[in-house]
Amino acid sequence: MRKEPVAVIGIGQTKHVAARRDVSIAGLVREAARRALDDAELSWADIDAVVIGKAPDFFEGLMMPELYLADALGAVGKPMLRVHTAGSVGGSTALVAANLVASRVHGTVLTLAFEKQSESNAMWGLSLPIPFQQPLLAGAGGFFAPHIRAYMRRTGAPDTVGSLVAYKDRRNALKNPYAHLHEHGITLEKVQASPMLWDPIRYSETCPSSDGACAMVLTDRAGAARSPHPPAWVHGGAMRSEPTLFAGKDFVSPQAGKDCAADVYRQAGITDPRREIDAVEMYVPFSWYEPMWLENLGFSAEGEGWKLTESGVTELDGDLPVNPSGGVLSTNPIGASGMIRFAEAALQVRGQAGEHQVEGARRALGHAYGGGSQFFSMWLVGAESPAI
Amino acid sequence: MRDVAIVAFAQTDHRRRSDELSEVEMLMPVLHQVLTRTGLQTADIGFTCSGSSDYLAGRAFSFTMALDGVGAWPPISESHVEMDGAWALYEAWVKLLTGEADTALVYAYGKSSSGEVRDVLTRQLDPYYVAPLWPDSVSLAALQAQALIDAGATDEPALAEAAARSRADATANPHAQLKGEVPRGDHVVHPLRTADCPPIGDGAAAVILAAGDRARDLCDRPAWIRGMDHRIEPHSLGVRDLTDSPSTRLAAERAGAFERRVDTAELHAPFSSQEVVLRRALNLDETVRVNPSGGALAANPVMATGLIRIGEAAARICRGESDRALAHATSGPCLQQNLVAVLEGEAHA
Repeated sequence: MRKEPVAVIGIGQTKHVAARRDVSIAGLVREAARRALDDAELSWADIDAVVIGKAPDFFEGLMMPELYLADALGAVGKPMLRVHTAGSVGGSTALVAANLVASRVHGTVLTLAFEKQSESNAMWGLSLPIPFQQPLLAGAGGFFAPHIRAYMRRTGAPDTVGSLVAYKDRRNALKNPYAHLHEHGITLEKVQASPMLWDPIRYSETCPSSDGACAMVLTDRAGAARSPHPPAWVHGGAMRSEPTLFAGKDFVSPQAGKDCAADVYRQAGITDPRREIDAVEMYVPFSWYEPMWLENLGFSAEGEGWKLTESGVTELDGDLPVNPSGGVLSTNPIGASGMIRFAEAALQVRGQAGEHQVEGARRALGHAYGGGSQFFSMWLVGAESPAI
Repeated sequence: MRDVAIVAFAQTDHRRRSDELSEVEMLMPVLHQVLTRTGLQTADIGFTCSGSSDYLAGRAFSFTMALDGVGAWPPISESHVEMDGAWALYEAWVKLLTGEADTALVYAYGKSSSGEVRDVLTRQLDPYYVAPLWPDSVSLAALQAQALIDAGATDEPALAEAAARSRADATANPHAQLKGEVPRGDHVVHPLRTADCPPIGDGAAAVILAAGDRARDLCDRPAWIRGMDHRIEPHSLGVRDLTDSPSTRLAAERAGAFERRVDTAELHAPFSSQEVVLRRALNLDETVRVNPSGGALAANPVMATGLIRIGEAAARICRGESDRALAHATSGPCLQQNLVAVLEGEAHA
């Protein structure tokens, strides 16, 4: 049995900012959804189902928000699913929506992910004390810093690599009108002089807290034929999970990430990702995760990822641009961050990324992860429709 | 469309409290049981999906620890919905329809005893205009019950009868929390009395799905999913007719429920009055066996109750007690969102 090919024909984002005090949660998500529909030149009536994702409900203090948001997203009378897979949720949500089309259960699906972090306090939401479990150690940075140290020790990477990533992503963000952080005076020296938060992670090497939403319209072959703009075609998509804590876990390069990438490449017929993929939107909440994921995703040999970063390969004008949008380091509405990676990859192969367009991008990877490097979701999109 | 069936189902004994157990400890025996019934191991499962709620657990990312209980090593293909497990089953069914997996494990769990579930559920409501008033789930259900009585669709004695029937049926269900003769009790919120309301309890459930011949290998009489659909209604109670459930009717129609008569219906109706609404929406007459398990009035582990309805209906088919069954799950205040699955067993050889 052949799956139905899936196309991305509409993409919408909000301008991501620290606090959107001018809109409710419903207003925020509707803005992104409306933009995705406008891009696809469709109306609410053209949508068969809605798949929505976000990170924990405690971030806004709203339990199962799909119930309250049904009206705002035009879902009344339609199926509506709510996905939650921690930080990878934006990617997983898009994949669940894509499967609705691939299985031919629905023809055209709206998928959306959001976080309105200003409604609450994410650090507090992550830190509810539970007996007999390891606390997250003062936010996510406290959890991930030791694993970055392990990476540096294992590979011998010089301690300047992290700041290069942050400097690159913040400059890329200046070309992306939707990015949260627009640091016009950014210099490498400023990144390196910023305060140390969780050694070796400096302030300027961390992601902001953002309010924002991202939406996509996914459709089948017939829907793509009617699309007013070039679609992005889904060539492969996968999710993988492994336990949070166990003795055999490699926190530097988790097996679930490797397996997930391998599955996506197999589906897409990619044998040499470094040569065959033109742009990568990678989930990098702390700058050092760029070299770490370059290895985990098979773009370099183990221990060599930092060399790609250091040599400028991942710059916007390098031969493997990573996070041309500015990435999670510049924009982080947590629940939406994964979907933004997926959507930015689709924008690249549609040739619609504006000033941060990678010239001639034909195939792009969107990547997300969550939990304690536990949940992974990825998709590979292309300008060409997949071979039948 | 690819043929997908439910081949195994397991659930905990549902209890008022389970202070001595973590969610993982509550869930693990159920996972072991459902796998043992098919002879499968975690590594044999093509896709895993779960349903649960952080708000019930009182902490963010509560489902991550449950995954440890599954034993996700080597890494597995896995997802989670912040919804009743019935919707996790829906996601898994879609995954199997794509052909990317041949088997799926679905599980759901909830410990309502950790907090005041009536208060917790108020956090589902519009966060700006309604939730700050803390209208609790029983009060909202009572509004719906009164609307039904006002419309002449039922009366208090009829509700009492439905509740008594559920609890009587539950005596044959070893997992049920409330069974036998339950006093009608005083009004909790008029017109709903104690007997019209579900027990508060903790529990978990798990189901295994398989496609095509794989299902026949794993089960003597698989419960084939002939159709499944779910629909949502407006959130605000003020714009809905609480005596009707158009989303249930539409989901049932899309799932093919009206094409042929069903002999059994497992309805997710936590309040006796909601059974009235669902029976009307689904055109169920007295000849259909409704909630032989006792339904949500006998055990209501929030986030697993809907999945249990599907599991109970499937188990009845697997045992040969039903040939065509309807299973229903709900979410949100006053039946806002509804899912319907139609299950069939093949004729005995």
